[in-house]
Amino acid sequence: MNENSPKNLNVINVGLSSFADTINGAGGKAINVEWRPPAGGDVAAATALAGLVNNSVIENANRTAFEKYLNAQPVLEGIGRAGDVIPNMGERTILYSGPPIDWQNVCGPVHGAVIGAVIYEGWAKDQTSAEDLLRSGEVTIDPCHHHSAVGPMAGIVSPSMPVWMVASKADGNKAFTTLNEGLGKVLRFGANSPEVIERLKWMQKTLSGVLSAALSASDGIDIKTIMAQALYMGDEVHNRNAAATGLLLKQLAPRAVRSNLPADDIAQAIEFIAGNDHFFLNISMAACKVMLDAAHGVPNSSMVTAMARNGVEFGIRVSGCGDQWFTTPAPVVEGLYFPSYSIADAAPDLGDSSITETAGLGGFAMAASPAIVQFVGGTPADSIVRSREMEPITIGRNDALTIPALDFRGTAAGIDIRKVVDTGILPIINTGIAHKEAGVGQIGAGITRAPMACFAKAILSLSESRIE
Amino acid sequence: MQTAQKILPNLYRDSVALMQISSKMCDLPGVIQASAIMATEANIALLVGAGLIDKTIEPAPNDLLITIQGKDEKSLMAAFDQAEASLSGGQPENSNSADTNLSPRSIEMALDEFSEANLALISCPGEYAGAEARKALLLGLDVMIFSDNVPVEDEVALKQLAAETGKLVMGPDCGTAIINGVPLGFANVVTRGDIGIVAASGTGLQQVSCLIDQLGCGISQAIGTGGRDLNAKVGGLSILKGLAMLADDENTAVITLISKPPAREIAEKVLALAAESGKPVVVNFLGADADALRGKNIFPAGTLEQAAHMAVHLSKGNKPSEKTLPRHNLDEAELRGLLSPLSDSQTYVRGLYSGGTFSYEAMLLLEKEIGPVNSSTPLRAGHKLNDIWTSTGNTILDLGDDLFTRGRPHPMIDHRLRNDRILKEARDPETAVILLDVVIGYGSHGDPAGSMSDSIRAAREAAVKTGCCPIFIAFVCGTEKDPQNLVGQEKKLRDAGAIVVGSNAQAVRLASDILSMVKEK
Repeated sequence: MNENSPKNLNVINVGLSSFADTINGAGGKAINVEWRPPAGGDVAAATALAGLVNNSVIENANRTAFEKYLNAQPVLEGIGRAGDVIPNMGERTILYSGPPIDWQNVCGPVHGAVIGAVIYEGWAKDQTSAEDLLRSGEVTIDPCHHHSAVGPMAGIVSPSMPVWMVASKADGNKAFTTLNEGLGKVLRFGANSPEVIERLKWMQKTLSGVLSAALSASDGIDIKTIMAQALYMGDEVHNRNAAATGLLLKQLAPRAVRSNLPADDIAQAIEFIAGNDHFFLNISMAACKVMLDAAHGVPNSSMVTAMARNGVEFGIRVSGCGDQWFTTPAPVVEGLYFPSYSIADAAPDLGDSSITETAGLGGFAMAASPAIVQFVGGTPADSIVRSREMEPITIGRNDALTIPALDFRGTAAGIDIRKVVDTGILPIINTGIAHKEAGVGQIGAGITRAPMACFAKAILSLSESRIE
Repeated sequence: MQTAQKILPNLYRDSVALMQISSKMCDLPGVIQASAIMATEANIALLVGAGLIDKTIEPAPNDLLITIQGKDEKSLMAAFDQAEASLSGGQPENSNSADTNLSPRSIEMALDEFSEANLALISCPGEYAGAEARKALLLGLDVMIFSDNVPVEDEVALKQLAAETGKLVMGPDCGTAIINGVPLGFANVVTRGDIGIVAASGTGLQQVSCLIDQLGCGISQAIGTGGRDLNAKVGGLSILKGLAMLADDENTAVITLISKPPAREIAEKVLALAAESGKPVVVNFLGADADALRGKNIFPAGTLEQAAHMAVHLSKGNKPSEKTLPRHNLDEAELRGLLSPLSDSQTYVRGLYSGGTFSYEAMLLLEKEIGPVNSSTPLRAGHKLNDIWTSTGNTILDLGDDLFTRGRPHPMIDHRLRNDRILKEARDPETAVILLDVVIGYGSHGDPAGSMSDSIRAAREAAVKTGCCPIFIAFVCGTEKDPQNLVGQEKKLRDAGAIVVGSNAQAVRLASDILSMVKEK
C-alpha cells in the first residue's frame, strides 16, 4: 500500500485487540494502542483534537515556545518589597495562588491567609474588622500569576512583604515570590494568629535584611545550577527541597557573615533557613515561572505555561491561548495524612507550586527523588515509571536538568495539551495537603494528577482560535 | 426477580471484552439478563430500553456499568463477583518495573515506537472513530475504519482529506479487507494471486475472495470501502481510489468490483475509470441491470458467485463464458427425495442470515424467481414485517442488522439469537425451507457450524414429532485454510441434517426450486 514498503503491512490497531493478534499471526505486524476515549470521553474535545495532530503550524510554535523555555536562565537577583517591585500591584492589593476567584468563594486556607495579610499590613486590627474591610471591596485581591508572581499553598503576597526577585539572563523577564515561612502555623495554610504575624514581621525586618545583604555581595545566584545539583541529591524541588536549601545556604552564609549586620541577626537567619527544608521551594517556583513566562504567548502553541490551584478550582494556561485560564473543580489529593487527619479534612488541591511540574520538575522529576514516591506507598522503581510516563505528553527534554536514574536524560518538559488529551495521561503533581479550615496547616502530602477537563477545554479553545 | 447495578469508575474495557464478560454472567444459574458496558449515554438508553434499569444513571463514558437481573440476591452477587474477577484478570496492572515500556496510548505514541507502520485499523466506538481516523491520516497512515455509527459528514471529510494526501480510507463500517496478503478485521485466509477486489460489502468481499480461492486462484488485494461509499454524498471516493490503486498495482491482473447499485453519476465515473484501467474489470452491482454495465474491459456479473467465476476465468487467461452456472448440485431425484417428507402446510422459505449482503442477494434472486419476499429490511415497501420477531410468508432476515443486534453481539460472533430463531421457524408448520449462511474466518465464532448444528438437530427432532420438518439449506463462506476449516464446518452441518451447497446463490436457487415443486405438488 505504502509507496515505501509495498511488501509489508504494518498496522497500528485501535480498538479490538484480537485484530492485532490476527494480523501478527498472518504475516503482518501490528501493535495495539491501549485505547480509551480521548479527553475523558468528551466527544467534542476528542474531535477538535484530531484536527490538531501533526499540524506544522502548532509544531513550529511549540518548537519556538519550548526553546524559549530552555533558554531562560533564572538568576536570583535580590530581595524587594512586594508593593514596590511587583508589576501593577500597588499598596492596596493582596495576591493569592491559582486561577482567579471571587472573595466570597475562596477556600478556607486562602480566606484565613488574606485576613492574616490584612492584619499584618495593619489595615485592620482584628479578624472581624478585616472581614468587614474585605467585604467592602476596598482591598483588591488578584491572582499571583497576573503579576509575574507565584506563591505556595494560599500563595498570599501583600505589599509590605519581602519577595525574592528572580530574573532570566536570556529575556530579562522577572518573577516574584515570598520567602518561605516554614511548617506548622503559617500564613500559607491560612493561619493568622499573632505568632504568625510576628514571624512575618521578623522575616520582613531581619531575615530579608540578611538575605539582601548576602545577595548584594554577588552577581546573583544561578538557580538552574542549584536545581540541577539538587536533582542529583534526592530533591525534585517541589515537595522535597532539602538538598537545594542546603546548596543555597552554602552560597548565602559566607556572604551574610561578611556583611556588617549584627551577628545575632545573621545567626537567626541561618538557623531559620537551616530549620526549614522547604526554604528553597519558593525560589524553585519563581525560577520555573521565569522559564515558563518566557515560553508564554507564542501564537498557536499548545504548550502549557502554568498549572495552578486556588483550593476550589484547578486552572491551566497555554502559551498560544493568551491570558485565558482553563479551569475545573480542583481534586482532593490522595496521599499520606499526618496522624489524626484523613482525606475528609483536606482542602482541594491548592497553590501555585504545580508551576514546578509545568516546568518538568516536581512529579515529572520523581525519578530523582525516590523518597517522595513513598507518599503513595511506591518503590524507587515506581518513581522512575512515573517520570517516564510524562515523556509521551511533553514536547521535549530539558538537558540542563538531568536525572541519574533515567540514565542521565533530561526531565520531560513542556506539557502539550494535545498529547494529554490524546493519551489520557494526566500530568503528575507532588504536593502538600492543606487542612480545609484556615490555620490548621499542612495535614499530609501526596501525589495527584491535573484534571483532564482543563486540557479538554484548552483544546477546544486552541482549535477555535488557531491561525492557519 | 430482582435487578442491581454497579458502577466501576475509570475502568475502560473494549466492547468485545465486555461482551465476553456479559455472556459469562448470563451463563450463571439464576441470572436472567446481564450486561457489562461502558456507561455512555447511548448504552444507558439501551439498558433503559431493555428494561434492565428503570432509573436514569448519569452517563460517564469512562465508567464501567454492570447491570444484572436475576432470580435472587445470591445469583446477583455471584454474577457481580464473576464480572469483577474477569475484569481484574483482563488487563495488565501498572508495572512496577522500570524496564517495562509504557504501552502506547495514542496513535501518535504507537507511531513513535513503530515508525514503519503504514495503516491504522480502527474499531473503537463510532463516536470516536472519525477522530481516530483523522489523526491517522494526519500522521500519514492509510486507514481502515471497522467501526460503524460514524456520521456520513465525517466520512466525506475523511475521504476528502485522504484524497488530498493520497491516502486510502476503507470504511467506516468496513468489516473486512486483505492488504498485502494480511487479513484485516473479519477476513478469510485466501491464497495470494492476481485478482484484486474493491468491495462496498464486507460479506460480499468474503464470498468472492473465498470462492476465488476454492476455484484455485488468488487475491492480490481486497479493498473494502464501507457500505456508504457509493452513496451520492460520499461520491465513491474510496472505490475510485481503490480502483486506481489496483490499476497501478503490478501484481493485479484482474479487478472485481462489488457493491449495491450506486447513484448513476457515480456508476458512470466508476465504470469510466474501470474502462481506463487497462485491466479486465468484473462488476457485480447487486441487482443492477447487466446491460447497463457494458463497456470496454467491463464484465458484468449477476451474483457474487458469478463474479468469482468470471474473475477466475479472466485470471486464467480465458474469456469468461456467458453460459450460466449450474443452479446447484442436486439432481431431480435428489430434490424429489427431499420433498417427500414435507406436509401440505409447508410452503414458505425462511432465510436466517448473518451476512447483510447475503440476505440482500437472496431477496433479489428470490424476487426474480418466486416474487417479492417479506423482510425486516425488504427490497420494496409493502413487504416489511409488522413484527420482525415473527415471519410471515416467504421471509428473509438479516439478523446482523442493527434492528436485531442492538445491545447484543453480532450473529457471526454469538449464535444465541439465530439459534432461537431456528427453533421458532422450525416450529412453524408453514416453513418448508430454512436458509442459513455460515461465515467463518478470522473474527467469526470459533465453531459456528458446531454451535448451529445443535439447534438444527433440536429443531428437526421437535419438528419430526409434529410431522412438519423443514429442509435446512446452508452454505459456508470460508476456505480450508481458515482456522475453523471449510470442510470440517460443512461436515458438521451435513451431519446435523442440513443440505450444504457451495454458495449463497446456489442455496437460494435450491430453495426456489423446492418451493416451485411444492407448489406443483
